[in-house]
Amino acid sequence: MTALVDPGSITVPDLGPLSRRNYLNAGYSVRSWLLTTDHKRIALLYLMSITFFFMLGGAAATLLRLDLMTPQADLVQTETFNKLFTAHGVIMVFFFLIPSIPAVLGNFLVPLMVGARDLAFPRLNLLSWYVYMIGGLFTLYALLAGGVDTGWTFYAPYSSTYSNTYVMATAVGIFITGFSSILTGLNFIVTIHKMRAPGLTWFRLPLFIWSIYATSIIMVLGTPVLAITLLLVGLERMLGIGIFDPRLGGDPILFQHLFWFYSHPAVYIMILPSMGVVSEIIPCYCRKRPFGYAFIGFSSFAIAVFSFLVWGHHLFVSGQSIYAGMVFSMLSYMVAIPSAVKVFNWTASLHKGSISFDTPMLYALGFVGLFTMGGLTGLFVAALAVDVHVHDTYFIVSHFHYIMVGGAVMGYLGGIHFWWPKMTGRLYPEGWARLSAILIFVGFNLTFFPQYILGYLGMPRRYHVYPPEFQVLNVMSSAGASILGLGYFFPLTYLIWSLYYGKRASSNPWRATGLEWQTPSPPPTENFVQTPVVLDEAYDYKRMDGQLAEGGAA
Amino acid sequence: MSGETQAPALSPLAHQFDDLTQQNEADDLGMWLFLCTELMFFGGMFLAYTIYRTRDEATFAAASAKLELLWGTVNTVVLLTSSLTMALAVHAAEVRQRRKLIMLLLGTMVLGTAFLSIKFMEYYHKYVHELMPLAGLPFKWDGTSPGHAEMFFDLYFAMTGIHALHMIIGLGIMLVLLVKATRGGLLGDFSGPVRVTGLYWHFVDMVWVFLFPLLYLIGAR
Amino acid sequence: MIDDGFRLLPEQASTHAPHVDLLYFCLIGLSVFFTALISALILYFSIKYRRGNTKVDRTPGSGHSLSLEIIWMVIPFVLSMGIFAWGASLYFSGYRPPAGSMEIRVVAKQWMWKFQHPNGRREINTLHVPVGQPVKVTMISEDVIHSFYVPAFRVKRDVLPGSYASCWFEATRTGEFHLFCAEYCGTNHSRMIGRVIVMEPAEYEDWLGGGSSKEPPAVAGERLFEELRCVTCHRPGGATGRCPPMAGLFGREVKLTGGNTVIADENYLRESILRPGAKVVAGFQPLMPGYDGQVDEEQLIQLITYIKSLAKP
Repeated sequence: MTALVDPGSITVPDLGPLSRRNYLNAGYSVRSWLLTTDHKRIALLYLMSITFFFMLGGAAATLLRLDLMTPQADLVQTETFNKLFTAHGVIMVFFFLIPSIPAVLGNFLVPLMVGARDLAFPRLNLLSWYVYMIGGLFTLYALLAGGVDTGWTFYAPYSSTYSNTYVMATAVGIFITGFSSILTGLNFIVTIHKMRAPGLTWFRLPLFIWSIYATSIIMVLGTPVLAITLLLVGLERMLGIGIFDPRLGGDPILFQHLFWFYSHPAVYIMILPSMGVVSEIIPCYCRKRPFGYAFIGFSSFAIAVFSFLVWGHHLFVSGQSIYAGMVFSMLSYMVAIPSAVKVFNWTASLHKGSISFDTPMLYALGFVGLFTMGGLTGLFVAALAVDVHVHDTYFIVSHFHYIMVGGAVMGYLGGIHFWWPKMTGRLYPEGWARLSAILIFVGFNLTFFPQYILGYLGMPRRYHVYPPEFQVLNVMSSAGASILGLGYFFPLTYLIWSLYYGKRASSNPWRATGLEWQTPSPPPTENFVQTPVVLDEAYDYKRMDGQLAEGGAA
Repeated sequence: MSGETQAPALSPLAHQFDDLTQQNEADDLGMWLFLCTELMFFGGMFLAYTIYRTRDEATFAAASAKLELLWGTVNTVVLLTSSLTMALAVHAAEVRQRRKLIMLLLGTMVLGTAFLSIKFMEYYHKYVHELMPLAGLPFKWDGTSPGHAEMFFDLYFAMTGIHALHMIIGLGIMLVLLVKATRGGLLGDFSGPVRVTGLYWHFVDMVWVFLFPLLYLIGAR
Repeated sequence: MIDDGFRLLPEQASTHAPHVDLLYFCLIGLSVFFTALISALILYFSIKYRRGNTKVDRTPGSGHSLSLEIIWMVIPFVLSMGIFAWGASLYFSGYRPPAGSMEIRVVAKQWMWKFQHPNGRREINTLHVPVGQPVKVTMISEDVIHSFYVPAFRVKRDVLPGSYASCWFEATRTGEFHLFCAEYCGTNHSRMIGRVIVMEPAEYEDWLGGGSSKEPPAVAGERLFEELRCVTCHRPGGATGRCPPMAGLFGREVKLTGGNTVIADENYLRESILRPGAKVVAGFQPLMPGYDGQVDEEQLIQLITYIKSLAKP
């Protein structure tokens, strides 16, 4: 069953990738896709779904930024505006960012990277996708039936008693989709623990696996708290149980504690996998092992643990005790340290490397820069006295968009490009891809940097109309958004184009280390013809390049 | 292969696993992780209970005294016994005792249904006595702090209701297991689903072990 | 008039603002430094070690360095703790209003701000205050959570339904400044804005004397106390045997049936008027009728102001 396959060598013969049996041509019927238990097909199902939701959320953002070009309400009515920013937040957070890398790249790569034939629970994996889709459809129904206007954070008592929009349907949709997150995380943890190939010790694992594991812990432990919070809001709305509404004897701050107990760790669900992607891309395009492997790996766990301890920094002006505020402020600074460790180690990885600037590397370097900026503004908002001024303003909006878009989405796109040949057997056009990466980077900064200034000036978030002195910065931001939006269309176009007209990819076009590259592009359904045995340390680029210099296979 | 009247036995080993040990360990770890998520889920409600109880212990105690301690105790015994029968069922499955497995699964289901019946009776009793402050129904409270008393009952119905929902789901799973067991499945190497369901059922039992004292035993009697 | 010219930084109009801005600028400096550092290093390494450059030494090092890791954990940690301490102490000092602060009552509702001055003068969406005088705003919402935010003062506090929240400021310049609602509260959240008008003290006194006839809140409260029949039981002179005495009540410790004690603060008084059964004073029967639904937040403020004014016997 097992044979000695040395991941440092290139042993897979190139048989012309798509002419042979692989997971894509293993069946063409709709049934074979909708009832698949193959993790790779499920990953592609997720890819299509989250791309759809991303476009929906992006459309909402487009309308918002258009309307915000003028201080008055010019494009839509205020009720609609409120529904639009709620839709944007709900869709982007729950239906795009949280699944994105784990459900697409994680599902595709985790079994390949650990040398397994599939995840631990393939049918549960398919169920995860259906649960996600059902939740998504519920929420879509709520949007089309008339929308919800509570903001994605739906604070009580507005959401539990006052709002007369489709709060219940949206809450049900998110509740259902949460189970998708839980089941995916569960699947990953069990797979990583129990199904690693012989010789693949913890410290030989790719750093992407470390970060997916840490993410999965947060998904498994944090999401249920969101579920119970939504359930309680629903019970209050439907049965009049007074948990959050003071008129019924409840406490509105309890809602905030429960909500943020999940939603803060949730933001680390959104960023950790991107960090994992960056940790894979940088070594490949520097042709050397990442600096400080163990520290990068452990920092993922440190982030996961600390992420559960800082939720109160969303309640600094809510009426929480000032002493609690101080504790949460201090802990919030501590959670920043492991992220800083990663940034320093990635930078140090460039030292003495042999660096090329292919598209994935552009995204990875862009990530490092933008995440650094976004993370540093985290230091601003963790400072109690500063947060009192900038809480609920565009400063916060910019802070989290720097991390979520400048960070997480750039990492996601970098990963999609890096593993595209593996997933599809095709190469994308490098010129267009580099141009898009640069366009996205520039558009992003133009969109969100002015928002820091707007926020400190005092423009609150979720405002439809605003005082005229804020207009110049809003126009700048909207102009940037148009470039950013354009930038996102390019990959959509050329990636689809590449499926039909792209050059065929070999099994390892980037000459990267990692078990996923030791199997053809696209892989066969069972991933490996024979279970690999791992003999070498991770990221042994010296060996990989040495062998290539010697002319090929060992 | 003459004389064979059935199809060749299916392998108990799923294709993604290398051997049965790996599969069993993975299944157990998966269920334990799921139970951790359930802990976090119930934890939110226990948190709400703790907060509201510390605000007015006396009223919570007075409200708790209105619950029927006798039936709550009976239910506790019933549920603990059902965990016993479930644990025995797991063992029976592992040592390939088909009849015992079927009887014990049935026994667990009967006990679980008894629990739910008693619970339903208690709910009805509360409804009749106007102690069910849900969906605008009248709530009658003669003592002080009716608001806090109402909160106690809100939490009572929310927590026991969600617990009951978990029990119903568990009974549904057991029904599926029962059907498979009557067809000769779930024995020996195939007993994984029974073991894993047993873990789930024990967890549901554990939640009740915490609910019972917090809801029934704080009353001054 | 509110200054609506283009700016990059907000005006400083309170005693607190310059301190917050100083911390902010230091944070900007820190961020610029680290962003520049990382960017410069990335740029430098990218150029020096680019693939085509063969004339550079690439003999590998160890690939890890415990001392470097410790350095770049300790330095950020120390810096972070410094910022934390600075921000926390500024927050702490901005929390307790100084003695002698002028008290303004605020009731927020969808979608307006209602203010009442100590002498009873009311205004909606505009708040006149004197310069150089600490002002404490005590606020409550009639419906959902709002947030009182004056960017020029660098002050913000969520306004909750069901319990009082307060914050304070001392304006340092005359002029008009934005007041925003900073917690999303429904359809017209972005229209729930107003102005804080800071005046010279003499002008403020003039302004205070004007307006339509008004009752100071304590006087209005006394009137309500009679109209709502509170006075039948709670005779201000002393206990009647049926009801606990009001004189000197505010701020005192109260013993409840069941053994707990509470401080008779504004939230206690408010709750006891609306839902008297929630906290019954030890030694008394729960006879008092509740006024939930019969008094609004402004009337509650007036009653409480009156009760506060009842001196100890």
